[in-house]
Amino acid sequence: MNLSIVARGVSSVAIKDIKVYYKKAPVFIFGLILPTFLFFAFFMGRNLDLRTYYPGFLAMSLFFTASSVGPLITPWEKQTGTFERLLTLPVSIPVIIMGDTLAGAGFGLIISGLVFAFGLFITPFEIGLLSLLTLPLLFALGNLCFAALGVLLSSPAGPVPANIMMLSSLVRFPLIFISGVFVPLSEMSGAFLGVTMLSPLTYLVDGFNQALGNEGVIPMAIDLLVLLSFTIAFLLAANHVLKRKALKGL
Amino acid sequence: MPAIVAEGLTKRFGDFVAVDNVSFEVPEKQFFGLLGPNGAGKTTTIRMLTGVLRPEEGKVFIMGVDMDRDPLKAKSSLGVIPEVGNVYPDLTARENLEMFGRFYGLTRRTRSERAAALLEELGLGGREDEPIKRFSKGMKQRVSIGCAIIHEPKLIFLDEPTEGLDVHSRRMIVDKVKRMNKAGSTVVLTTHNIEEANQLCDRVCIVNRGNVVALDTPSNLRSTFEGARSVEVLFDRPVECSEFSDQCITRVEEKGNKMRFYTSDPDEAIRKVMKVRGEKGLTILELNTLAPSLEDVFVKLTEAPQ
Ligand SMILES: Nc1ncnc2c1ncn2[C@@H]1O[C@H](COP(=O)(O)OP(=O)(O)O)[C@@H](O)[C@H]1O
Ligand SMILES: [Mg+2]
Repeated sequence: MNLSIVARGVSSVAIKDIKVYYKKAPVFIFGLILPTFLFFAFFMGRNLDLRTYYPGFLAMSLFFTASSVGPLITPWEKQTGTFERLLTLPVSIPVIIMGDTLAGAGFGLIISGLVFAFGLFITPFEIGLLSLLTLPLLFALGNLCFAALGVLLSSPAGPVPANIMMLSSLVRFPLIFISGVFVPLSEMSGAFLGVTMLSPLTYLVDGFNQALGNEGVIPMAIDLLVLLSFTIAFLLAANHVLKRKALKGL
Repeated sequence: MPAIVAEGLTKRFGDFVAVDNVSFEVPEKQFFGLLGPNGAGKTTTIRMLTGVLRPEEGKVFIMGVDMDRDPLKAKSSLGVIPEVGNVYPDLTARENLEMFGRFYGLTRRTRSERAAALLEELGLGGREDEPIKRFSKGMKQRVSIGCAIIHEPKLIFLDEPTEGLDVHSRRMIVDKVKRMNKAGSTVVLTTHNIEEANQLCDRVCIVNRGNVVALDTPSNLRSTFEGARSVEVLFDRPVECSEFSDQCITRVEEKGNKMRFYTSDPDEAIRKVMKVRGEKGLTILELNTLAPSLEDVFVKLTEAPQ
């Protein structure tokens, strides 16, 4: 295998995405404005305990930002006619998917890092020694996982970005309601808890809770492992779909 | 080693066979033309050769590398301008070229030097740092070719690159591709413009309905149609076609006072024309003998029975 050509392809795709797509309006709207809006809707006038709910909010903003770039790229490339061009370059479908995922994760990392830094000022978290290890892992895996989800959402795309933005909203919004963001996991039971366990966001919320000094429900190692598994599953699924749909709309 | 080997390429869309068992080889340094009417399967063939589309049957070798086995390596030696291959409208001309250079593994320094030189050569000096979306179609296509050749590929594919361009841009692109060919690059050009194929190509593959119908040099293709030579005469007034019925004249076409006599023996045909001129007291204003054009060959081959 040409590992060096693969590595070069992945980084070239990611840099291309950063240059072209970080500046697009939908990335800003879905990645920045929406989480800010949700923050105010969440905490303002509700007298919620920041300490209890902040980890969930952090996970939610990471989720939205990391998954906001991916859905844009492929439909946009097909619309402007650059996607076929991309396929003639020394890249393959898996390379494109990994590059797009890295670009999405990068955006998520920047924004969630800012949200985290901001959080440090308003709430005194107890960050233990172990958290110094688990926090970077949570940030990395969470961003990769949800960026891969974003890429998966765009994989069946034709040349109409609006369709995929719609699809991605339909998937992303419901997810935040079944992930222990608004209702702590520890207060759930029965069927609702069962559904919640299906959402990858649940494990990030639980992980952040533990890393920032709250009670967790699932062991940290399991949180990380599940996030990793979801990441791999999203990447494989995206690869499978895009291989079939690559020429759709060309 | 041939630059390209296409072996029995076949691609169907549903029941429709877009490319049907197409085979050919292109030796290194050749300027190769794929000529055919719209819908002939040229783009589909190019997509298979450049690794965008996987053939259902058949194999592609690029510089000896199997496209299916090692697509990344095979694609590394290509420069491609796809039919609908745009560049990134939000980026500037320079950013586009440098970005493509990165995909081919050029160092930062090489990227920036080559981008600057190419943009100058393609007549875009002074506009390098403007976003492409403000450019005309011809200027965009010049950026596009710059992107395809920034890594100085040994093999260049161009799918109807001059379609719908202004004369100036067309000339610039054609000249640049010619120079690259002279300098040793193999070029594959698809076109439905016969004159373009005739002028530029060393060898032409004529395709129709997904099949190769002829594959030869432009001059050989013409000479297989020697029977289609003709004599064109402009008289001072109209004449009946029937006056010219003779063994040596296979067909007469009439456009006002201008008449075209198809023949395998122009000498005999001209004698006949002079005889009629004498009998009818006509004056000849113009007389030309014409070799069959590639267009005649093309029409003949592509209008074959349904
Ligand atoms: N993705 C596709 N799906 C269905 N039919 C296609 C597709 N691409 C090409 N075709 C059909 O295949 C035939 C050949 O197309 P193409 O290779 O683009 O021809 P050309 O480039 O010679 O004009 C056309 O009839 C076209 O409609
Ligand atoms: Mg075409």
